[in-house]
Parts: sequence; structure tokens; C-alpha cells
Amino acid sequence: MTLETPRAATTASAVNSDELVLNMGPQHPSTHGVLRVVLRLDGERVVHADCVIGYIHRGVEKLCENRDWTQIILITDRMDYVAAASSNLGYCEAVEKLMQVEVPRRARYIRTALAELQRIASHCLWLGTHAMDIGAMTVLLYAFRERELVLDLFEEFCGARLTYNSMRVGGVPLDIPSGWDKRVLAFCDLMEPKLDEYEQLLTNNRIWLQRTRDIGVISGEEATAIGLCGPPLRGSGVSRDLRKDEPNAAYEEFDFEIPLGTKGDIYDRYLIRMEEFKQSIRIIRQAIEGLPEGPFMGKVPRLIKPPAGETYHAVESPKGELGYFLVSDGRSTNPYRFRVRPPSFCNLQALSRLVEGHLVADVVALIGTIDIVLGEVDR
Amino acid sequence: MAALQSGVPGAVDAVSYWVGDWTVIVPADRLLEVARFLRDDSATAFDYCSDVTATDWPPRAQRFDLIYCLYSTLLRHRIRIKVLAAECDPVPSVTELWPAANWLEREVYDQFGVNIVGHPDLRRILMPDDWQGHPQRKDYPLEGPGEFLMENPQDWLRLRNLSDESEIE
Repeated sequence: MTLETPRAATTASAVNSDELVLNMGPQHPSTHGVLRVVLRLDGERVVHADCVIGYIHRGVEKLCENRDWTQIILITDRMDYVAAASSNLGYCEAVEKLMQVEVPRRARYIRTALAELQRIASHCLWLGTHAMDIGAMTVLLYAFRERELVLDLFEEFCGARLTYNSMRVGGVPLDIPSGWDKRVLAFCDLMEPKLDEYEQLLTNNRIWLQRTRDIGVISGEEATAIGLCGPPLRGSGVSRDLRKDEPNAAYEEFDFEIPLGTKGDIYDRYLIRMEEFKQSIRIIRQAIEGLPEGPFMGKVPRLIKPPAGETYHAVESPKGELGYFLVSDGRSTNPYRFRVRPPSFCNLQALSRLVEGHLVADVVALIGTIDIVLGEVDR
Repeated sequence: MAALQSGVPGAVDAVSYWVGDWTVIVPADRLLEVARFLRDDSATAFDYCSDVTATDWPPRAQRFDLIYCLYSTLLRHRIRIKVLAAECDPVPSVTELWPAANWLEREVYDQFGVNIVGHPDLRRILMPDDWQGHPQRKDYPLEGPGEFLMENPQDWLRLRNLSDESEIE
């Protein structure tokens, strides 16, 4: 605990003599990386919170503008490093949109399966760390046990466990290994009872309810205005999921539901993500069982050089709307402008609104509930 | 699109449609008017600001394109507003219309140095507060500024002459 007055807080507003300024982070185990939150406290209540970010800013956008279109796929892995396949998907589709390339149906099915497996892995990590922040240690061990199985499937598919580089412009680089589809289905069968196990630990747990109900309540209207996306937005009852609204990959061919919350508190967002696990399993089953025959790579020139123009393409990553704004000048082999709309960044913006009036202990719970990855916030 | 043309006459300089995306180009002084119309009119209802970003085109006099990606959660459509601005041209902040633009505009200011006016809390966001220069500009080197390019060479000399590392803050 530091009592020094940070520069950010003093410049933002004058410090009241009754208030205490508390620096949380950047080295704090519950900030999920290197996030620093400057809290102004009145007793134990938070009066104002100011997020200081940028500690692992690596200049990803600048770097990508100096790499060619294919090399960038590998860099997108390093943004949201717990959901690399979703980042790959968004980027490859944005370039395909710019080039107007047709992606074979088999590739779209494989991509969908990968993106949904990734959602399960990402939500497992979220569940484990979020529950541990609130004090339920067991859930972390359980959730990581299943996440490991997803990573094994990814390792079998592309050889990597975290940074997959698993897609290419026009399709996927490799067809699925033999027997992989059966192992994915076996994983789905195994995962379903495990979800009940998680829910038994948490859903009706009295401590969990007290820590999550009516904390960080935000209305649907306000959540839309402040730019929340993904599960936090749906927790407030706004039906917005890009998999349904602007279907990409092969989502329009599958049946699944979008769970919505009613109150917009931490508990609602928890229930939504638990339901998303089930819907993801449902999508994976449909994608693997209905996997069409055919090529897995479309007809794409070896040297990728989209015509001059710009586009914005967004996909639903586990964290929310992951958008890519790409500008091609039509002459060089690298993008003129590469911009990522990171969902974690936009969700983190709402933190100061969510924590106001709550206790210091709730700040940790609220950071967990918006599910940030600092690699993506800072880029 | 027709609603926009009739709702705010004369404000739209150009309209483009490319690979499925609509873009309107508006002058900076009418940005707020157009943005407010797009948010409030029932035929457009863009209540969600997805992204605010910029592109730098150095040889051009108005070197920056500011791009606002809007989305409507009711009608589920998108549009991009584009504003052209020179280095010192004031561009009004849209934070009062969409609070979501707050950090996004801070990032544009931080990375490009666009002169955004009317923003409630315009500070750097990704780079340190005392950073010199704006990294996303095309004339900014990829490897960073290096010590020689620090804005104040006296500081650099002073730092280099310090023998004891602990004297450096």
C-alpha cells in the first residue's frame, strides 16, 4: 500500500483532505497484468478511479504497418494472448473482405470450431482467475484442468499452445489431423459435466452471491453509451452479439442462442459466460459433425496485395467486439494503416464508472468481471 | 443515407461505398451536428460508437483522416464518418454524444497529436505523460526516437554526464 500522491490523480482533480489516494498496481496480483488503478477513497468507499495503462505498450499498430500482410497474423497472436485464434480470425477476415476473396466452406467450419474452442479456453481462464480474485481457489484449479485439454487440441492442430498463428488469408494453413474431430467431440462430451461442477461450486454459493449480486450494476442504455461490448454489454440486457448480428465465418449455418442478463451486475455477467460455454460446445458439435469435404484454402495470390481502399471488420472475440480497421494503398505489400479496436480497452474504460461507490474489495471483483487482457489493452 | 442528406443539408462533402461499408466525409466544423443527427434520428439511430481512429497521409495539407466507426444496436447497421484535419485544425470531441469515445480520442491525441477540443480529460494514454512526439505519425521512426531526437538536447547531455546511476530518477 502506497500513500504517495500520484501525478495522475493530482492533475485530474484536487485531492480532498479527507480522501486517501491509493495506488493499486501495476504490480498487483488481481489486476491481471500491469494495470494501475489510482483510487480516491473515502474510508473504504471508492470515490473515483482512474486507470493508468500503457505499461506493456509495444506499438503493435506501428509494427504491423511495417510488416507484410501475412506476417501480421503472427503479431495478432500477441495481442490477446489468451484468445489468439479469435484475433487471427478477425484479421484474416478483414483482409479477405478488403480483397474480396471467397473462403472455402470447410475452412470456415474449421475456423468456427477453432474460435469456439478458443472461447472455452478464454472463459476457463476468466472463470478461474475471477473466482480466485473473489476467494474461491478451487475453481482456478478446476478451470485450468479443462483449459489444458483445449490447449492440447490446439497443439495437435497447429503445434502451438498459446500463440497459434492458426489461420491464413483465404483459409487455414493445414487440414485437421486425422482423428482430431473425434477428439474434439470427446472433449465436448467431457466438458459438459465439468460445467455443472463449476456451477455447483459457485452459482448458489452464499459467499459468491454476496460478493457478486448488485455490484457494478449498469443499465443497458448506459452500457451502450459507454461502449461496453461482449458479455458485459449482454449482461445489461442489450442483445448484441456479432456472431448473430453480422455473421462471419460459418456462424449463420449453426443454431445457438445468445444469453442475456437482466440486471447488469457481476452475477449476471457470470451467468452469461457460463451459458456461453454451453453454446460454444453446441456450435463446436455442429461444426465438427457437419464438417464439409473440400479444400481448406481458397485461391489467394502468393503475394498478398489488396487493392487500394479501407475497411472495418469486427468479430465477436471472447471479450467482445474485436475490430480491425485496415487501409491499403494498393502499391506496397504492407498495410498503410493497421488499427485494432480492442474489446478489453473499451471495456476497461467503464471500470471507473462501475467501481464508484463500491468498496475496495469490489474493485478486484469488477476488474475480473470485465475480463481484460493487458496485452490487448496496451498493444 | 437519404435521411442524412435531408436532415443536415450541405454537411456531407462526399459519400463512398466500398466492400460493403458506407463512409461519409464531413468538414470538422459540422462534425458535431452530423454526429448528433446520426445518433438521434430514428432512421439512423447510431447509439454505439465502435471506434475512433486516425490515418496519417503526410504530403497532404490536411494530413489526418479521423475516422469514427458507428453502429446501431437497434437497426444493426454501420457507418463511418471521416473528418479531414491539418496538424493544428481543431476537431471537436464527440465524448458528450458517446462517452465511449473518451479513451479512443485520448489514444488518437496520444498517437497522432490531433488537436481535439472540448475533451474532458485529454491526456496521453498509452505513452508516458512526458513523451515527446506522436508515434503513429508516418514521419516518426519505427525504431523510436533514439536519444538524439529527444526534444531537449540539454536534458540528454545532462543525463549522459551523470556518473552515478542513482542520480537518474
